[in-house]
Amino acid sequence: MGLKQIELTVNDFSHPFLVESDETLLFTLRNRLYLTGTKEGCNQGTCGSCTVLLDGKPVLSCMTPTLRCVEKKVITIEGISSGENLHPVQKYLVKNGGLQCGFCTPGVVMTAVPFLEENPDASRREIKEGLSGNLCRCTGYKKIIDALENAAAEMRS
Amino acid sequence: MSGSIGKPTPFIDAVQKVTGQAMYADDYRMPNMLYVSFFRSTESHAKISKLDISEAESYPGVCAVAIGKDIPISFGVLPISPDENAIAVEKVRYKGEIVAAVAAETIKAAREAVEKIKVVYEPIKAFFDPKDSLEVCAPEEQIHSHTKNGKNIHKTAELRFNEPEKELEIAKNKQSGFFKFAGVTHAFTEPHSTLAIWNRDDTLTVISATQVPFYLHKNISKVLGIPLHKIQVKKPTLGGGFGGKSDPFPHEIITAYLAKKTKRPVKCTFSREEVFITHHGRHPTELSMSVSCDDDGIITALDTDIIIDGGAYGSFGVVTSYYNGVLLQGPYKINKFGFRTRRTYTNKHQCGAMRGHGAVNPRYAVEVLLDMMAQSLNMDPCDLRNKNFLPENTLTVGEFRITSNGVRECLEAVRRKSDWDNRYGKLPFGRGLGVACGFFISGSALPIIWNRYPQTVVHAKLDFDGRIVMFSGASDIGQGSDTLLVQIAAEELGISMEYVQVETADTKITPVDLGSYSSRVTFMVGNAAKTATTKVREEMAKAISKEKDVTAENLIFNNCRIHTKDKSIDLSWEEGVEIALAGRGAFVESGYYISPKLGGDFKGSGAGLSPAYSFGAFISEVDVNPNTGAVIVTKVWGAHDCGKALNPLSVEGQIEGSIHMGLGQAISEEMRYHNGQQINANFFDYRIPSSLDTPDMDITIIESNDAEGPYGAKEAGEGPIHPVLPSIGNAIYDAVGIRMMELPITPEKVLSKMKENA
Repeated sequence: MGLKQIELTVNDFSHPFLVESDETLLFTLRNRLYLTGTKEGCNQGTCGSCTVLLDGKPVLSCMTPTLRCVEKKVITIEGISSGENLHPVQKYLVKNGGLQCGFCTPGVVMTAVPFLEENPDASRREIKEGLSGNLCRCTGYKKIIDALENAAAEMRS
Repeated sequence: MSGSIGKPTPFIDAVQKVTGQAMYADDYRMPNMLYVSFFRSTESHAKISKLDISEAESYPGVCAVAIGKDIPISFGVLPISPDENAIAVEKVRYKGEIVAAVAAETIKAAREAVEKIKVVYEPIKAFFDPKDSLEVCAPEEQIHSHTKNGKNIHKTAELRFNEPEKELEIAKNKQSGFFKFAGVTHAFTEPHSTLAIWNRDDTLTVISATQVPFYLHKNISKVLGIPLHKIQVKKPTLGGGFGGKSDPFPHEIITAYLAKKTKRPVKCTFSREEVFITHHGRHPTELSMSVSCDDDGIITALDTDIIIDGGAYGSFGVVTSYYNGVLLQGPYKINKFGFRTRRTYTNKHQCGAMRGHGAVNPRYAVEVLLDMMAQSLNMDPCDLRNKNFLPENTLTVGEFRITSNGVRECLEAVRRKSDWDNRYGKLPFGRGLGVACGFFISGSALPIIWNRYPQTVVHAKLDFDGRIVMFSGASDIGQGSDTLLVQIAAEELGISMEYVQVETADTKITPVDLGSYSSRVTFMVGNAAKTATTKVREEMAKAISKEKDVTAENLIFNNCRIHTKDKSIDLSWEEGVEIALAGRGAFVESGYYISPKLGGDFKGSGAGLSPAYSFGAFISEVDVNPNTGAVIVTKVWGAHDCGKALNPLSVEGQIEGSIHMGLGQAISEEMRYHNGQQINANFFDYRIPSSLDTPDMDITIIESNDAEGPYGAKEAGEGPIHPVLPSIGNAIYDAVGIRMMELPITPEKVLSKMKENA
């Protein structure tokens, strides 16, 4: 092990860091950058709460070594819609009651945004499949799926 | 209603949550903060004969190591069973119990130092099967020395009315069954986390992921000997509870102790495995139950004998023991009624309160037996239930006061919507429909810790800015109680919700609320909030009537204006505030809730008393694959009588979440052990339903308008889970003709039952 000097681009800003060589992206985001919107639910790649975008693709940050993110672009929940406006996914999660305790929500957003961008015509079944890696214990998923359907409709229009 | 009461209302913190800005316990950090790691037992039941922490103490970065004798005072959420120590003292009672704790400069250093701790155990016979705990054992084998008769029985709860056993002996129509339920856990997504700060005025601040800041406050004071007035417990945004954060926990007390000892901020956050083994979930249960009916299908008696496996410590177990029995008194009228519950200690992770507390497993049993009864009497299962419902405004045999009761409307709704009459018993082999009902308390009428205070107090403050701030100890755990406070204030004062903000769940700032458990918050806090804000309105009206020479009663608060009917006086909210505060400035009005005196005068009469009860009826449709045994729940129709839906969006969410959790327990979830070691302490092996498993849901809210509930409201958070499981079990019978008496209903169990049946 040992420390490595890197530059990491998070939400369009490049940060210089010293990181442990076995450090996860989740640890770097939460503990070095204090970007706590990304949640640690299991640290085992099972719950999806820590999902972030790496070059536009959703990854589990708890399973991603930080060193593998060098020269790539990381987007976290704080960087969605530049952090200023609500993305349609966020807007409808709020409006349709697609969240209760909210702990899984950042991961849901980070999964749903690229999914709906790639699959604007996704059926309800396909939305369920796209969400299947994000565990939620509060909602029974129904209102999350409703919200994503509504977000997709708005994104299409 | 002119405000948002009764309208679908997004939570006031929803934007915070959806943007990642909401702060959960682990998101807080402090300068100069230490991190905690735990040394945990590898034995199930053993004396600690040697514990050497010297190497850990001198490990680089370590500031303090705590062991059992540092904080030896026992505690527990129930003052009648304070049988747990924050750190094991002299002996361990389950694999994973905390034996020592290290506070260090980094989490890495803390973990490495834990590896340097040395312990020698002297094993004692371990108890894993609750039936073994019912037997007499050697004194040194008793898990706790306080258990009676040399056995490991923690509690026996028994009530009996009108000799049900005699009726069952002679009954012509009787159904009996033996049922077995695996333990299940809450599996909230946010791991437990606690940050304790020792302030230099010798006060302690604890920010913790808890549903019960008040009980945590009391127990920290008891164990650490810090006066009550020097402790502050704050609940930040909470990532789910479901009863799993409703005890004061060892890690919370240890973290507070280490902060006091080091005079530095100390943080502890659990791994997912630690969350699983901390548990406090639903008790594994075995029960025998018999129900009898007359030829018309009227229930004549019910008797049941229940063993619940409590694990190593008491937690809520005494209450759980009673709830297993007493909550069978509804929604059906049963005059000859009895139960006995024995809660055993075993050397496993302790069980406690989980959504639907104590009543979920016996509910499954009774609803399956009623289904069997309907079949044997050649009667429709819905019709049989309809004949037996308790009326409104009645007493049950154990003297529960039933007020509003919408169970008939619930059953009627799901029966109609599912097209039950045309489809039940007529679907092709492999597909089926099942029905079940349930009821639950809307808050416990009695507090856990006896005292002379109200159940809750809410303060509403009005100041120069025109803002109402609601101060309440209520713990929003994701169910939306913060939003409820805002809705009520806006409703009572005729202002939009943006004028109202909350300060909640902070034992220094907010008046005490007992916590988010027993589905008490909407009913109790709602009533208190309504009183407080009504008083603010009356104070304002009084001042305006004096200044404007108008009768206070003629002033209407609506649409951010205060006016008379003819608008001869028509003030903006801000003008009204200015008049109300003239000569006195900011003021606070207080509201409280005290439950009416309820219940009989027999021993055990207090268990399950509530100022109101919710009711529900659910129908599930399943698809059973006869080749693989796999059960897919395709659709659930759920109707729940919550009195009045103050926020329908949130009530629906509670019902949908209950379907999710009920589905999990019914078909996939199980705490699995090997020699006291949990072997599935992760989300790969402990399977909670994913989005793909989620059935279509059709939710109906029934509003029976309870006379004592705020705007008529009752609970919606726990009641809806009860009918979910048996409706699935009964649907499987309709689909493939087998009675599933053991949960979870895995494909293996289905296949073996089908073979048995063939």
